[in-house]
Amino acid sequence: MHELSIAQSLLDIIVDESNRHRLGRINKVRLRIGELAAVVPESLRFCFDLVSRDTAASGALLEIETVGVTARCDKCDFSFEVQDRVFECPKCGQPVFEMLSGRELYVMSIEGETGEEDG
Amino acid sequence: MAEIKVPVVRNILQANERLASENRRRFDKAGIFVVNLMSSPGAGKTSLLERTIDALAGRMNIAVIEGDLQSSYDAERIQKKGVQAVQINTDGGCHLDANMIQIALDSLDLAGVDLLIIENVGNLVCPAEFNLGEHEKIMILSVTEGDDKPIKYPLMFQICSVLLVNKIDLLPYTDCDLGKIRQSARQLNPAGKVFEISCRTGEGFAPWLSWIEDKVSEHRKNRAGAAASPHAGKH
Repeated sequence: MHELSIAQSLLDIIVDESNRHRLGRINKVRLRIGELAAVVPESLRFCFDLVSRDTAASGALLEIETVGVTARCDKCDFSFEVQDRVFECPKCGQPVFEMLSGRELYVMSIEGETGEEDG
Repeated sequence: MAEIKVPVVRNILQANERLASENRRRFDKAGIFVVNLMSSPGAGKTSLLERTIDALAGRMNIAVIEGDLQSSYDAERIQKKGVQAVQINTDGGCHLDANMIQIALDSLDLAGVDLLIIENVGNLVCPAEFNLGEHEKIMILSVTEGDDKPIKYPLMFQICSVLLVNKIDLLPYTDCDLGKIRQSARQLNPAGKVFEISCRTGEGFAPWLSWIEDKVSEHRKNRAGAAASPHAGKH
């Protein structure tokens, strides 16, 4: 599924950041993934293991934080957690168009070792 | 060796997003209205295109990008209608991405095109995550797939501005509850429009076609505005 493309994009970002910060080996990567994002964590981990083989990120732990779906009612300015995917204000009953969170697909931080053994 | 933690905060799909915005700029410059058409396999994407092209031929210039795992069968079906069609084969890939569109655009002559329809790979999950640079995402759900689909595939229903419920001519032969589809679609996406259609009989096509025509003329205006002063054309 598309987790493979996502894993590849994730690896590209990790490689880019580790070059920039001179990391030789990556131990842990923290991700924030929205509940509504069409990403299955197990599948992403599996694909990441495949694409990161023979790279500095091989074997790195993916720590995934799931973000709930929240929305804001523009009628009464109430922010709330969306239950059962119903985009309706629990206070005034109006349909709600503004989603605040739930579709995240972010790399938050990368932990690794500086590659000073190279000299 | 020292262990360090680097704060990053980057969107994993940023590479795709960047290409999607490049595509979008290209479409806007040319004044083309672009839709990303998605559904599960067999819901009627290509049939919708055929009937829509037949109905709008002569009133606007249409081009199509066909996404499929394999074969150029769909592009050939569309070319028979006398419009430009280019096929993208993803070779097993489950969705189109912005880069594939950028490449496909090189095989299309965009001059004078009013409407570009991108038919995504048949899949209710993966295409939802990849912007192509389109103006609107549109999906088809056929009544034979069942009325539980909005709840099972929420992201797709959440992001599409138009839901076309197809094959309504088959309703008497299914247990599908249209009211349930309407209700869950509205809960997921209160701003979304729902059109109930049959690509086989043509039932319900008028509101869908006029939605497309309104959008196309909006984008045409932008093209005219970009090419000339705001008062040009009044003489």
